[in-house]
Amino acid sequence: MQKVENREILNDLRDASRQRMEQSKCRILICAGTGCLAGGSGAVYERMCELVAGDPDIEVQFGPEIAHGDGPMEVKKSGCHGFCEMGPLMRIEPLGILYTKVKLEDCEAIFERTIKKGDVIRHLLYKQNGIEYQKQEEIPFYKKQTRLVLENCGHIDAEHIEESIAHGGYQALAKVLFEMTPEQVVDEILESNLRGRGGGGFQTGYKWKQVARQPEKIRYVVCNGDEGDPGAFMDRSIMEGDPHKMIEGMMIAAYAVGAQEGYIYVRAEYPLAISRLKKAMQDAEEHGLLGDHIMGTDFSFRLHINRGAGAFVCGEGSALTASIEGNRGMPRVKPPRTVEQGLFEKPTVLNNVETYANVPMIILKGAAWYKTIGPENSPGTKAFALTGSVKNTGLIEVPMGTTLREVIFDIGGGIKGDGEFKAVQIGGPSGGCLITPHLDVSLDFDSLKKMGAMIGSGGLVVMDSNTCMVEVARFFMNFTQNESCGKCVPCREGTKRMLEILERIVAGNGTMEDLDLLEELATMITETALCGLGKSAALPVMSTLKLFRDEYIEHVVEKKCASHTCSALRRFVISPELCKGCSRCARNCPVGAISGKIKEPFTIDDSVCIKCGACESNCAFGAIHVEA
Amino acid sequence: MSAENKQATKYITINNRKIPFTDEKNVLSIIRKTGIDLPTFCYHSELSTYGACRMCVVEDDRGRVFASCSEVPRDGMVIYTNTPKLQHHRKMILELLLASHCRDCTTCRENGVCTLQKLAQQLGVDKVRFENTKEQLPVDDSSNCIFIDPNKCILCGDCVRTCEEIQGLGILNFAHRGSKMRVTSAFHRKMADTDCVGCGQCRVVCPTGAITIKSNVHAVWEVVSDKSKRVVVQIAPAVRVAIGDSFGLPRGENAIGKLVAALRRMGFDEIYDTNFGADLTVMEESKELAERLESGENLPLFTSCCPGWVSFCEKKHPEYRKHISTCRSPQQMFGALIKEDAKVRREQAIANNEPADERETIVVSIMPCTAKKNEIVRPEHFTDGVQNVDFVLTTVEVTRMIREAGIDLAQMPSESMDMPFGLASGAAAIFGVTGGVTEAVLRRLVGSNRMEDLEEISFTGVRGIEGVKEATVTLGDREVKIAVVNGLKCADEVLNKMKAGEVYYDFVEVMACKRGCITGGGQPTPIGPRTKKARFEGMYNIDKAAQIKLSNENPFIRTLYDGILKGKEHKLLHNEYGES
Repeated sequence: MQKVENREILNDLRDASRQRMEQSKCRILICAGTGCLAGGSGAVYERMCELVAGDPDIEVQFGPEIAHGDGPMEVKKSGCHGFCEMGPLMRIEPLGILYTKVKLEDCEAIFERTIKKGDVIRHLLYKQNGIEYQKQEEIPFYKKQTRLVLENCGHIDAEHIEESIAHGGYQALAKVLFEMTPEQVVDEILESNLRGRGGGGFQTGYKWKQVARQPEKIRYVVCNGDEGDPGAFMDRSIMEGDPHKMIEGMMIAAYAVGAQEGYIYVRAEYPLAISRLKKAMQDAEEHGLLGDHIMGTDFSFRLHINRGAGAFVCGEGSALTASIEGNRGMPRVKPPRTVEQGLFEKPTVLNNVETYANVPMIILKGAAWYKTIGPENSPGTKAFALTGSVKNTGLIEVPMGTTLREVIFDIGGGIKGDGEFKAVQIGGPSGGCLITPHLDVSLDFDSLKKMGAMIGSGGLVVMDSNTCMVEVARFFMNFTQNESCGKCVPCREGTKRMLEILERIVAGNGTMEDLDLLEELATMITETALCGLGKSAALPVMSTLKLFRDEYIEHVVEKKCASHTCSALRRFVISPELCKGCSRCARNCPVGAISGKIKEPFTIDDSVCIKCGACESNCAFGAIHVEA
Repeated sequence: MSAENKQATKYITINNRKIPFTDEKNVLSIIRKTGIDLPTFCYHSELSTYGACRMCVVEDDRGRVFASCSEVPRDGMVIYTNTPKLQHHRKMILELLLASHCRDCTTCRENGVCTLQKLAQQLGVDKVRFENTKEQLPVDDSSNCIFIDPNKCILCGDCVRTCEEIQGLGILNFAHRGSKMRVTSAFHRKMADTDCVGCGQCRVVCPTGAITIKSNVHAVWEVVSDKSKRVVVQIAPAVRVAIGDSFGLPRGENAIGKLVAALRRMGFDEIYDTNFGADLTVMEESKELAERLESGENLPLFTSCCPGWVSFCEKKHPEYRKHISTCRSPQQMFGALIKEDAKVRREQAIANNEPADERETIVVSIMPCTAKKNEIVRPEHFTDGVQNVDFVLTTVEVTRMIREAGIDLAQMPSESMDMPFGLASGAAAIFGVTGGVTEAVLRRLVGSNRMEDLEEISFTGVRGIEGVKEATVTLGDREVKIAVVNGLKCADEVLNKMKAGEVYYDFVEVMACKRGCITGGGQPTPIGPRTKKARFEGMYNIDKAAQIKLSNENPFIRTLYDGILKGKEHKLLHNEYGES
């Protein structure tokens, strides 16, 4: 393998790889993102390899082992395509066909008909509103997106550095190494107004500038890949689908601030991301793109991977660095800030995966271009993990400033089962809810903050009218309490008490005083907690309490849950007109709450009933239902 | 004031009052300097800033609330310390702490001295709206020194940081997350199964009753009231400057006379001074140092008075065991001597056909130290199969006993100790502070009691509170290099440097507790900066007032060497640490 010892070699490698990809008659890209793998894409990949290899007429190359050359046929595992709802996904190039929900038994037909003859198998195509979409780019889910950070995800083999290079990988690094001074790099990022994608929205360039001017010369670059919000998987998809882009971003940061060493902190629950990052680092090292004297210059950079043990709090900067150092992952007081004394008490640039993945394109295309995307104070795009009661769940990327309506109804295809939109929870356990009047609000750092929500890392959970907002608040509070590090009193003890109160309310034992106490606790926690996670721990409750106070009151006063989510508040009733008096319900009731005379309507004693629903499911006449 | 100075003065406005400040590291220390007692659980100036209790929150002129312990003061800052919002938050935090805390205050050992209880009262927390739903955990009574009740822990982490940052041991740390978090040892081992040295510094900083002293009060009351026992009590040097704390006496005042009077009224039979034992230690240890300097073997010589240090050295640096002085600690020398004395007197009486004292001699030590409780049960501290010291009572336990007896120490007359073991030199008195042993040994070796010579020794650099103090003293024709070490973390660093060949010493004194026994694990708390200073000065004042300055000038010591110690010095006064 030729080492990339200068810029020309990189360009040659790019051109050669690109040419090879263009020459290949057919590329089969099978999504190997976590979602599709769980749906069986691994077996689909194996089967496609067998089929293609078993045909003597086809010259074929597989997976990452592909030799450099002019292979006519490639079967590849790609990173996440984002359209997880429809997985496992298979993209066939150069036809541009995207097959959805591919099963093992479909492989033969795909091989025989599409690969060999170029026929389209219609039942595997995506359909929406009666329209079939043959090409991936035409599907509304993709058409309305602006995929810049995720550009390569799903289109390249994430385990093959040359595919990344063919798509312009490491060109930005070459540009900074050969054309720019570190100061110019910092200025370019500062000028682009790139804001941290991890949640806080702090100016990335300003962070770099502060690290660059520290007197201490040993500095570190750290990537936060500890994506812990329930329902968020943007960073995972980048690490799995295009790891080189993020690594390149980190190296540019290292060059800009004068760091020689970097750490990627990835949660251990992302084994695929870890193995792909490791492979990417190994490949980059072998190509002379990582390590000593990168591309023949004086710039050297060593990279390490640290696996997090799955603590949400380790996404907080100082807890993350403590964890890398081998200490208990607990936030510490600031100052000193991470830019002054971060990892090993040295000045540290700490950004998240998506932020670093934005860097190469800013360098290549310039800050001025970058600022044309999205609103002025939050330029660029943002990846969101769209989940919940929305038709097209998955990973999306849109320009900042896109409205919720566009995201949920255009890209997401609207509410599942054509139900009614109720709210969207944004920003996970640190975020809040947005409701119908907010649908046209621009999704950017500042607008959301004004709404009492935050962009967070980018989890969007869509909720329809079957969702109980008190239960949503309880769910997030339960998460926060379990994930609180336990250090400061407000977060440790306060969230515990808030959770207890919410548990009381969903169990039908809440009082109106409890609502006041919730607010009292929420204010105290928000104002006094030690770290950012603690300060935002009460946000889901505060937000739901503000927007859905009626629902809370209904639970407390009427002991009712309109969405029937809170099982303790369900009331089973027997319709006398439908009941035949067969006694089947009474015999199935585990607590003897049902009584009556044979052939006469039975009744349920609500004070004994444990709301298990055994009567309802056993009634042959549909006479038992939950009271509306 | 010159224009230059005027520019350099920085101000912070606290509650509408303009306060100048210079190099204070946080806003909290400026606030406290103005006389406002902003409450904290987790702030100790000697430890790293932890910022977990959030009690010290203040508000600025823009309504931002932040913890003052971790806020760097800036010129022109405007803050308020007692707004309705802050009052409310503080009360809520206290209420939350109380809600998850065992609230059996009336029967708690720390009742009356507990910071949590004090603040709850001070801030007017009059109701707790939450049930204690915390899982009740078993207590740990395995240690001879400290008693841990995790149900009273408020997780301020003071013990964790003290053990790690001051003592370099790291026995305690946090485990689990959220409201399940707790302070525990690695793998939840019992304290007796850890490398804990029993110094009790965790207990000194604990604001509640979560870490307390393992109590021997009940057992001692039993022997005191037992007529078949002759209960002899010895009082360690540092006890006398701390015992008055709980009885309203001025901090650092020597209350030994009152303590003796109280102990007599409580029923102790004979009351002696551990300082007498310290004089013996000086005699033996200076002899040992002279011998080792002569032979050049096992240098440096390490002091052996501090059981926390001895235990630390054995556990963390076992290869240095043979360097530890073979001298028993003052309490052990004293215990062995008292029991030998009783034995000899009984044998003499029987030989002379006189009525012998048939009572069993019980030695009780009053110590500022929790580690001493462990020292007494070590096998080498038995002489002819008899335990040298039977019970150790800490200053805190004696305070409790005095109270139980209904005695107000402040009202006691000043009484003298019993003789002959109640007389001691000033050199022995300063054993209670770090550097004291060294100074006493040097006095003996220099062998002069001229005021100038004594002062010269005190100025060699052995006095003071720094982590590691170094001095070079000329003894005869030899320069002797000395180190005096405060705290086990510093000891660890010194030993590691010795191992690496970076430093060389002939004599090393180590005190496990910073500043020595005056801040020992058994001393009354809280031990704030003012208390430390007062006790420190109190110890040196005793020396200053002492008529006998040198241990070898103590007349009873000289009599002993010609009397019952003759031929038994080694058996009664020494151990072998070198052999395991």
